[in-house]
Amino acid sequence: MMLKTFIKGGVHPEENKLSSGAAIQSMPIPAEVQISLGQSLGAPAKAIVAKGDSVKTGQLIARGEAFISANVHASVSGKVVKIDDFDDQSGYRRQAVIIATEGDEWIPSIDRSADLKRECHLPAAEIVEKIHEMGIVGLGGATFPTKVKMMVPQGKKAEILILNGVECEPYLTSDHRLMLEKGEEMLVGATILMKALGVKRAAIGIENNKPDAIAHLTELVKNFPGIEIIPLKVKYPQGAEKQLIKSVTGREVPSMKLPIEVGCVVNNVGTAFAVYEAVQKNKPLIERVVTVTGKNFAKPANFMVRIGTPVNELIERAGGLPDATGKVVSGGPMMGKALNSLKVPVLKGTSGILIFDDAESKRLPVHNCIRCARCVTACPMGLEPYLLEKQVNNQVWDDAEANRIMDCMECGSCHFICPSSRPLLDYLRLGKNKVGQIIRTRVNN
Amino acid sequence: MQLFTVSGSPHVHNNQSVQKIMWGVVIALVPALLVSLWYFGLGALVTTAIAVLTCVIVEFAITRYMLKEPLSIRDGSAVVTGILLAFNVPSSVPWWQLVIGSIVAIGVAKMSFGGLGRNPFNPALVGRVFMLISFPVDMTSWPLPIQNRFALADAVTGPTSLGIVKEGVKNGESIAKITSEIPDYANMLLGNMGGSLGEVSAAAIILGGLYMIFRKIITWHIPLSYLFTVFAFTGILWLINPEIYIDPVFHLIAGGLMLGAIFMATDMATSPMTWKGMLVYGFGCGVLTVLIRVWGAYPEGVSFAILIMNAATPLINKGFKPSRFGEVAKA
Repeated sequence: MMLKTFIKGGVHPEENKLSSGAAIQSMPIPAEVQISLGQSLGAPAKAIVAKGDSVKTGQLIARGEAFISANVHASVSGKVVKIDDFDDQSGYRRQAVIIATEGDEWIPSIDRSADLKRECHLPAAEIVEKIHEMGIVGLGGATFPTKVKMMVPQGKKAEILILNGVECEPYLTSDHRLMLEKGEEMLVGATILMKALGVKRAAIGIENNKPDAIAHLTELVKNFPGIEIIPLKVKYPQGAEKQLIKSVTGREVPSMKLPIEVGCVVNNVGTAFAVYEAVQKNKPLIERVVTVTGKNFAKPANFMVRIGTPVNELIERAGGLPDATGKVVSGGPMMGKALNSLKVPVLKGTSGILIFDDAESKRLPVHNCIRCARCVTACPMGLEPYLLEKQVNNQVWDDAEANRIMDCMECGSCHFICPSSRPLLDYLRLGKNKVGQIIRTRVNN
Repeated sequence: MQLFTVSGSPHVHNNQSVQKIMWGVVIALVPALLVSLWYFGLGALVTTAIAVLTCVIVEFAITRYMLKEPLSIRDGSAVVTGILLAFNVPSSVPWWQLVIGSIVAIGVAKMSFGGLGRNPFNPALVGRVFMLISFPVDMTSWPLPIQNRFALADAVTGPTSLGIVKEGVKNGESIAKITSEIPDYANMLLGNMGGSLGEVSAAAIILGGLYMIFRKIITWHIPLSYLFTVFAFTGILWLINPEIYIDPVFHLIAGGLMLGAIFMATDMATSPMTWKGMLVYGFGCGVLTVLIRVWGAYPEGVSFAILIMNAATPLINKGFKPSRFGEVAKA
């Protein structure tokens, strides 16, 4: 059988799924957590606790008041010792709440039993409200508040829910393990999302380098009418929203438009699991699965981690930082962020911590563009990275906009494939920033 | 405190490099070179060596002493240019003419535009055409294969198949008579005919081309579109009047078409960036080649056709964009 995939562009990096066989272990609760208030795309949440307050696990500590914003909850019980600005994973200063852990006392409304609760009797609007209340955001990495995705704009109609189990980034295995170990909960989460959207169909896209997950879920969905498992051919960046929709449904989301335009809503499988816990168990998003991996690790691992746990504790737990470490990346190797400090905390969007040795850390020397056209062939959005690089370098922003620089989703395929290893994505990011500013100014005037 | 490297994503690379691509092209050229050594012997070896050495030395001298830039000769592109230039000249060409051709190829056509990737025209072809115009006699004296294996100068020469056809048609001879004067197609395919050093064996060149496609150094678009256009165009002429137009198979395996379509037209720096553009470019090369071969003053038109299409490449890049993802259909 021909496996489905998207047509245009794409690359195939070495998969290196070193931790795919490592069951999810619970990470011990750290002595102190640093919970950032900017855990989602959009406006940061506003703190509603003060220094000296005692909080319980799962208690709301900051409210997401703006439309695109998400609530933040305490991931441990203890005392708020500080609310201040700290460097986040990108090196920006962001407000965070520091809680010194005392025991692990949960707020009583959370159902901590392991029983599977299948039936959901809440009406759609209350499900969306619950998702908002529990601070659920997209766990694939973009951390878009899930509530907003669930609110279908006037005049548009959702037809199909797509769950993203692709995990096309090399190394990462957190979604893979979750599908294997929490498959049934995840499927219940899918039915809840379907109910909230008023759709009858859901499709879960999984790349066929995870045959065990495909087999397991295919077995489970027999009890979940309307949900279908779709094995996909391995190709990066299949986990990108628009590419996944193309792979699964054949539909193409128009440039600068959202998936709802073609009747699709996409959520990560991890998000579906978080929705299950939020709606059925009243449990806010206070922990997530994080892969800790690297070629130098004896035992690459997947941990269930409380949000706010410092990255260095994860690394210690997985065997400590190897000697020749040159780079630590939060997220996958294609789109993740290189960290400058290991003191930064795990966020809702942290899917993995990747350790590279010295040799792997350095970029290759840059040569002249030989116009080999590999970047054009690799770009999944059909752009011309070589040309955009030149236009950004020459600061001709109108030309860059006309050549659709804003369609770039920063997947990195162009830089990955460039035989001259030109930093194409660096230029494109810079250009997107500038062109984005120009477009906003134009709209505001 | 331990310091980490911080850089933008992506943090991995597919480990391809310009160097690997260029040496891949060199490997792909080996079968054709071996065939040339078989047929033209010592002359082929010496000619190739002179062209490669001169190209490398010229690039070294320019980067080191004029531009004072980091050396670029290790990327292998000068070696490729040198081999391709040698492949495009008769094996008996005087060494000093070849040296001048190499200096033009690297110095004028490549380095003066900024080096690797920045040249608008294929350097080897610029060198070859410069030599053709400057030294027309030596550049059109083709040593006969096999009997000249140990000859360096004063080789026994004869016309190329294309030359025989051109001359014959001009004198009003019938195609049947002309065909009897050229080698049979099996010999032409293997390279047992007069011609430029590396162009004679279509079979060896195709082998190299398949290797490059397999290694993903080139794609099929330019060669196939080029060859198909020549085949279709000459095929139509042949169907119209087989008395005065020779058959399309001859055109495919004669002269420098294979070498041009597979190794010269696919030069990355001077060919278009999108598949659509590549097909158009190949089509243009094919049409021009046939026009020159059939109606032009020269018996062979591959070099000119490719150079003219090189000039059209920026325009093709402008006109043939990749199809964008999520392109809004114009109502």
